[in-house]
Order: sequence, then structure tokens, then C-alpha cells
Amino acid sequence: MPFDYAPAPESRSIVDIESNYGLFIGGSFSEPTSGGFFKTINPATEEVLSEVAEAGQADVDAAVAAARRAYDKTWSKMSGKDRAKYIFRIARLIQERSRELAVLETLDNGKPIRESRDVDLPLVAAHFFYHAGWADKLEFAGYGPDPKSLGVAAQVIPWNFPLLMLAWKVAPALACGNTVVLKPAETTPLTALAFADICKQAGLPPGVVNIITGAGETGRMLVEHPDVDKVAFTGSTEVGKAIQRAVAGTKKKLTLELGGKAANIVFDDAPIDQAIEGIVNGIYFNQGHVCCAGSRLLLQESVADEALASLKRRLTTLRLGDPLDKNTDIGAINSSMQLSKIEELTASGEAEGAERWSPTCPIPDKGFWFPPTVFTNVTQAHRIAREEIFGPVLSVLTFRTPEEAVAKANNTPFGLSAGIWTEKGSRILWMANQMRAGIVWANTFNRFDPTSPFGGFKESGFGREGGVQGLGAYLNVEDPS
Amino acid sequence: MDNGTLTGLLHGLPGVDQVGLEGRAATLATRSIKKDSKIWAIDTAISMVDLTTLEGMDTDGKVRALCAKALHPDPTDSTCPAVAAVCVYGDLVATTRACVGDRVHVAAVATAFPSGRASMDVKLMDTKQAVADGADEIDMVIDRGAFLAGNYAKVFEEIVAVKEACGDAHLKVILETGELKTYDNVRRASWLAMQAGADFIKTSTGKVSPAATLPVTLLMLEAVRDFADQTGTRIGVKAAGGIKTSKDAIRYLVMVNETVGEDWLNPDMFRFGASSLLNDLLMQRQRMRDGHYSGPDYVTID
Amino acid sequence: MSRVDVRKTHKLFIGGAFPRSESGRTYEVTDSKEQFLANMALASRKDARDAVLAARSAVAKWSSATAYNRGQVLYRIAEVMEGRREQFISEVSDSEGVSSRKAGAHVDAAIDRWVWYAGWADKYAQVIGNTNPVAGPFFNFSVPEPTGVVAAVAPQDASILGLVSVVAPIIVTGNAVIVMPSSSRPIPAITLAECLATSDVPAGVVNILTGAPAEVMPWLAEHADVNALDLTGIVDEGVAADLERSAAGTVKRVRGAAPHADWQATPSLSRIRAFVEVKTVWHPMGA
Repeated sequence: MPFDYAPAPESRSIVDIESNYGLFIGGSFSEPTSGGFFKTINPATEEVLSEVAEAGQADVDAAVAAARRAYDKTWSKMSGKDRAKYIFRIARLIQERSRELAVLETLDNGKPIRESRDVDLPLVAAHFFYHAGWADKLEFAGYGPDPKSLGVAAQVIPWNFPLLMLAWKVAPALACGNTVVLKPAETTPLTALAFADICKQAGLPPGVVNIITGAGETGRMLVEHPDVDKVAFTGSTEVGKAIQRAVAGTKKKLTLELGGKAANIVFDDAPIDQAIEGIVNGIYFNQGHVCCAGSRLLLQESVADEALASLKRRLTTLRLGDPLDKNTDIGAINSSMQLSKIEELTASGEAEGAERWSPTCPIPDKGFWFPPTVFTNVTQAHRIAREEIFGPVLSVLTFRTPEEAVAKANNTPFGLSAGIWTEKGSRILWMANQMRAGIVWANTFNRFDPTSPFGGFKESGFGREGGVQGLGAYLNVEDPS
Repeated sequence: MDNGTLTGLLHGLPGVDQVGLEGRAATLATRSIKKDSKIWAIDTAISMVDLTTLEGMDTDGKVRALCAKALHPDPTDSTCPAVAAVCVYGDLVATTRACVGDRVHVAAVATAFPSGRASMDVKLMDTKQAVADGADEIDMVIDRGAFLAGNYAKVFEEIVAVKEACGDAHLKVILETGELKTYDNVRRASWLAMQAGADFIKTSTGKVSPAATLPVTLLMLEAVRDFADQTGTRIGVKAAGGIKTSKDAIRYLVMVNETVGEDWLNPDMFRFGASSLLNDLLMQRQRMRDGHYSGPDYVTID
Repeated sequence: MSRVDVRKTHKLFIGGAFPRSESGRTYEVTDSKEQFLANMALASRKDARDAVLAARSAVAKWSSATAYNRGQVLYRIAEVMEGRREQFISEVSDSEGVSSRKAGAHVDAAIDRWVWYAGWADKYAQVIGNTNPVAGPFFNFSVPEPTGVVAAVAPQDASILGLVSVVAPIIVTGNAVIVMPSSSRPIPAITLAECLATSDVPAGVVNILTGAPAEVMPWLAEHADVNALDLTGIVDEGVAADLERSAAGTVKRVRGAAPHADWQATPSLSRIRAFVEVKTVWHPMGA
């Protein structure tokens, strides 16, 4: 290859990772009372990055108590105008430290630096900036003349967009006057801990934000804590159901953002080159670790062969490798556990008769990797068309008419997102109207904005994050009766 | 081909989503090209330059200086490659050919460049004279007025006629994308030109802004890719006007690489129409060689 | 021997630059004790004409900037003003004859007002715009768009807080403004102009003409390339009525005089609404 791109690594030296981290409770870091620590690794190299605390019951209690104290004594008494200013400070600090946070995110998560730098971090800053402005304008949001906060919010977030998921949870909660206890995913705690430092730099009153690290058990203890007023969870549908069961019968408000199996629908009159980009972005962006990923490609049968040939050709230019290399398109799979899940489902695809294809892709020796993969001749009955793989694996089905596309797209217990590719405006609107999905992308995919509400229908969860609608999750919006 | 058939063909091409196209070009522009790949890219870009002077005040003296630079761009470094071609107005072709011999191509703009507003006779005469004087490449302009009025057949026939007048000279067809305005028009004009016999499709005259841009060139590369798939014929692409820095040039090469592939990464298939770009490429080449940033005193004016 | 200070020349703010009035005229401004403070540029109709040109050429780009970007620019103005807090306090105290403490409250409120409006940039469309459930297979949505170039008169008192309260809601939605600050207390407006010039505000988005509204506003009220008038600071009812009549010649949108409003109070959305146009779009929905 005459034009081989030389390695172009982003420098690691911008970030300082401590050898270990405590729990961020009441404005400072402290050792876990249970004394337990666990390692977090770089999934691209399997090197240990740091050791973080495992929060036990006593730690969870302390964190909730700190959040409650801060709520009662400080945050609920503070004017919206002042809350806004703290959140604006946080937004600006994130912008200042963006590069450092992006490198840290890439190291801990495995996603390409180009994505953490160009997608994750800008959105993180934007979420805080947007929500800061609502803190003193809640009377205009359509929730009544003086909407009240809920109290203490327990928030459990996943590993796929660690800092961004933190922003989606913390920004609206604080803007609406709540205090939070947040548990990041066990494989990606580091940017949440850096965020704790940002809260300190912003002078945020102690206890308004508390970060406790741990695994599933810590999360369970947190959401089941009796002094929590609100629970927000993003993660798998399975765990979401468990949380919904746990919260039943209590007065806790709940929002869930769960899995998806989105249909990305390409019509014969799609702007085809951009549609191919949209397909690639829809499933291979972030290694497919995206709840709203376009994991089911529905191609109009009359153009399926042509589109597939173009798609395969496009996949040969995807670069898989060192996530810190600025030219990497596909990074590492976040954990060996996730890799096993992807491998299991992919094997089922072959076993059930679908045809598997990947471009030739050199795989590094260490770390967790999976090449971009396409399954053709997939039908709705295949497991790979029904179950969320959460990896860079695309299942391709066909359809003949718009009605059939709608039926197939909606034929799933999930309902998070959908994509529509056609040059015909009326068809976009007609299809969007029929989709049983919380987000519909037309002639684009995987676009996010703090002003734009995000959330699912059906088993993809309930509640919205972002926009005016997203504020409702953190306000006391029920009628007194 | 009658206008009705041609219209059906061109209007049947897939549409282009502006936001998607520009997004793809922007993502490709984030590629970071360093070290060996950067050195290779700079040398390749130099070898793809059509060093150009197209001014009313051009003289033999100006042209001679340009030719000398074209042949030996960096007087301090004989390893620096020569450019691909010198590009001039038709009445300066003879002087140009006398200066460069056979060492680089001589490209002449023709067909009432840049506006294209003249009779067919005048345009053909323009072409034939340039070829007779020694041009082995002709850069023609399409009739944008006819195109925008939907008279595709007229545009088609003109290209066919000019191609014939070229004889053995190779024909670049300038679409003037800045006047076609929409990406849909650029796709259609690209196909029209390729079907009519263009050897190269070229973005712009450089006299209208915007001239070459990354998205419009990406679109044209997609068109030549699709044309090659469909017909087996490979057409070249020339991005002209507004490309000032090495960084820009390297972004174009990345686009070529990831859209049509390595077969187009040579001067027979891709060109830059530029004047000031060359000095920036030379300064970057010096930086890679010497390890420090260079300055305007270390490259020549022409 | 105490140090001899360097005194500022106060000029107009047009198109991001600080020109003198083309008329060469100035007028004296004194403090609350009638002591000389400065000679201010006395804007002429030609300065107003130039300001309209600068504003119009700024509108296309400013109105097409993302709401997020505009919000950040307004927040940046607050950041820069905060850095100049002491200067503003001393100027307000001198011009208005109030204590430093009171001037401080005034200046803090002005800075906070920028922050308040910065937070509206990416939200007002969600509150003022909406989809409309029309009775037919059509998707129908209404969006607020900036009206374009606005000519405004800031309050005569509340030299900085009133000025910010008038300017911020006009520009947050993408309009450009030509504003005449208080003629008796114009100095904080010039310091504000210096803040704007260093806050990533594109040239021409805000233009400040010091001088006599009674002389200059009639030209702006009749100017065919001004889309709207904000007469907040006009004290004389007769003058206000005349300007409203002049505006009718080109059907300008007019926000009436309100010279003594309570500038400390949290605003409503009315100043944002006053300078946007609502556009409604229909599109069929069909396979």
C-alpha cells in the first residue's frame, strides 16, 4: 500500500492516573469502609490502569446521607440562578480539560480517541451547558409555575459512553435542584472520578455530587436504599427489569434507558453514498456498543445486492487498532465478558444459517477485539435479528414495501431508535409517524444533542433524557392528589 | 443521445445528502498523517501539481519563470520531484513547451475559459490552436448556462466535439462546481462529462468562489468510482482553486485513498490545480527533512 | 507625587471597531456632582447609517450560528465583564452618584443577566416553537426566527443593567442591534463595548452609538433596512409616538417605551418574543 498511515498516537502524558482512588463522598475522597479495591484495565492492552474502591453497604449509606444533607441544607435552598452558575462552571471546566478527559476515556473504555475527542467530550460539555441554563428557568418549561425537585437521585450508568452517560444523568438532576449519588460501570470508573475532581475545582458544595464505584452489588444497594427519591438507570434490559421490580411498591420515581435492536431502513431512492456512511456509523461507531445502534439493516430488496457490495467495499477502509491512534476507526471491545457475549451470538448467527462476512482485519495480540462483521440472509426469526449483540455486528434483512419495512422494524420488544433513508420527504414523515421508537433518524444516524430528548418505547425503557421533556424526570410533576 | 434520454439518465442518479456528504468529508479530514506517510504524501502531492498561471497580465517572462520552477521546484534539493504539468492560457503554450520540452506536461485552458461564453467555432479554434502549439492536455469548461437550463445535450455535444479537436491530447472537463451550486448538479455533470469522453473531470476554473472543496471533490471521486464499476473505464479527478496548504493537499490524498483507492494515487489519475500550494508543500518538505519549520525566504517566487 | 493617569478617548462602537463620529462632534458628560467626566462622541445620522450596514452584514452569520454557539458567546461576555467588575462599579458609582455597594449590586445584576440570557439561546425555540396538530395528513411545525436588524434605545438611568437588559434578549436569538445607551450616563456602555470586542461576539452584532436619541432615532425609525425598534429608553411620550408613526412607513415591529421598568426583576420571555418572527411549515406525510 503506497499510502499507509504511519502511527499517529495521541499523547498519554496529558493525563495523570492515580494508582488508586477512594470514594467521592461529601466533597472529598475517602477509603471504602469495606476496604475492598478492584482493578480497572485498558481493554486494548489489558494493562492495569488503576485500582478503585468497592463501595459496600456502609459506603452507600454514607453517600446517600451526604447527598441528603447537601440537599436539605444547601442545594434545595439555593436559588436556581446560583445552581446555574455552578453548572456553567462545570461545563467550562470540562471544555478546558476536554483533551485530558478524552484520553482518559479512551484508555479506560477502549473507544477510539477520535470519537472520545470529537463526539463524547463535546457532548458532555454541551449537556452541562444546556442544563445549566434551565436551573433558573424551570417555570418556563411547562411543568407549572414553581416546579420542585425530587430530592436525592440514585444513578447507575453503563460502560459504553462513561462520561457522557454521567453528563446525561447529573446535569438535569442538578439543574432541577436534586443531589446525586452516581455509580459508574465497574469497567469504566476513571472519568467519573476525574469528574469528581472537576466538581471540586468548580467549588460545587460538598455532597451535591457523590461518586461511588463498585459492581452490580453496589448498584443494587444504591437503588434499593430507602432514602433515595429518584432512581435513574441506563444499562441492559435484564437489569432494568430487576430494578423496576425492586422499586415497585416504593415511592421512588424511576426512569430506565435500556437496550435496543434498531432497524435502519434503506429505500431504493436513498442518497446511497450517505446511506452507506449512515449504516457504517449506525453499527460500527463505538464498536457497536450503542443502545440505539442500527443493528438491523433493512434493505429494500430491489437495491439490496448493490447496497451490500458498496457496504462491503466501504468496510475495507475501516481501521481497527490502538484506540489512542488518531486514525483508528474501531477500538477495543470493552471487556472479555462482552467479547464472549458477542462471540456467542455471532456463532449462533452462523449456526442458524445466516451468511457471515468481515473485511480482512489484522487483530492485535493483546486486548479484546472483534472485527466489523456483516450477516446477510438474516430473517426476523434469527437470534441475531432479535437479541441485542452490543458489538460491531450488523444483521441484514430485506423488505419489499414501506408497510413491510414498518412491520419488520416494529416487530421487536425493543423500541429505542430507528433510521430511515430516502430522498422523499413525505415518506420520511409517514414512516417516522409509524415507527414505534423513541428516536427516529432520517437520512442520518447516531446524532445526539442535549436539546433533543432521548429514550425508548416498550422494553427499551421509559422516560426521556435531554430537551424539555427530559427535565420531567427530575421534577416533582405529579398532581398532589 | 437526445436531451430526454440524457435527462432521464442523469436525473435517475442517486441523490446526494448535503449534510451527510459534508460530514463524511469532515471525518476524513481528521486523519492524522505523520512521519513516513507524510513525506510520501508531500512528494506525491508535488508530483500531482499542475503549476498554474492564468492571469491577464501573463507574459513570456512570467511563463519562463514558472517553467523553471516546475522542473526544479526546490533549488536546494534535487531530490524534490518535478510537478505534473504547467497550466497556461492557449496563447502561451508555445513558450511553455519550448521551456519544458518533454519533461512535464503542458496543459492549456481552452473553450473561452473561464466563462465558456463564446460560439462553438471559437471554442474549437481555441482548442485546436493550443494543441497545435504543443499542449498535450486541454482543460475545457462546460457551458454552465446550458446545464442549468436543462440543455444537457448541448453540454454533451460540446464535450464530444472538443475531445475530437484534442486529437491525442488528454481532456480535462471543468464542471465549475461553484456555479453548479448543488451537489446533485455536480453528480449529474460528472456523469455527463464522463459519458461524453472526458479523461479527467475537474472541479473549478479557480476564478469563481467556492472553487475546490473537500466535499465536492469527494463527490466527484465517488462518481468516478461508480463509473469505473459500471463501465471499466477509469477517469481522473483534478481539484483546482483554493487549495493553499500541504494540510489541505494531504486531506485530498486521504480522500482519494479511501474512496477510489491506491490506483488513483498518481499524477495520471489525480491532479491539483494550484499555484501557491507548491511553496507550502516545499516548506513542509524542508521541515520534514531538516527538523525545523521553514519560511518564505527558503522557497522561490516564480 | 501621585501618578498622572492616562485618560480614555470615548468613541463609537460600529462593526467591531471604535471610530469617532464622522461628524467630528462630541458632547460633555459629567458625574452626579457636575464634575467633568469625558467628551463622548455625538453620533450623527451617517454614523447610524454605517451602523445599520454593519448590523445587516453581521446578521446572516450570527443568525446561522448554532444556538449553542450563541449561548457560549453570551456566557463569554459575562466572563469578560466579571473580570472588569471593579471598573464597571467605579463608572456606575461616578455617573449615577450611588455608593459602591449599590453600584456593585447593579453591575452584578448586569453580569448575571448575560448569564440568564445565555441560557435561553438553546431553549427559547423549545418554548416559543412547537408542532401543530393540524387536521390532515401533514406534519406542521412553527419555529421562531430572528427578525434581523433592531434599533434600540437603552434606559436613561440604570446605565449598565438597563443597557444589558435591552441588548441581550435582542441578540440571543440571532438579531443584530444598533443601540443608543443613556445619553447622560454613557461611559459604562463603552466599557461594555470593549468587553464585547474581546468576547468572540462577531463584528456588527452589537453597535453602540452614544449621543442624542431624539436626533438619531428618527433616521433609524424610517430606515428601510431596519426591521424593528425597541423604544424602551425614550422618556418623552411625544417623541415615542413620533417614532412609532415613522416606523409604520416600513411596517417595523415596535416595542414601546418603558423607561422606568424594574431592571432588577427577573425578565419574562417578552423581550425575546418581541424580536422573533414565527415561521410555520407544512409537509405531507405519505408513503
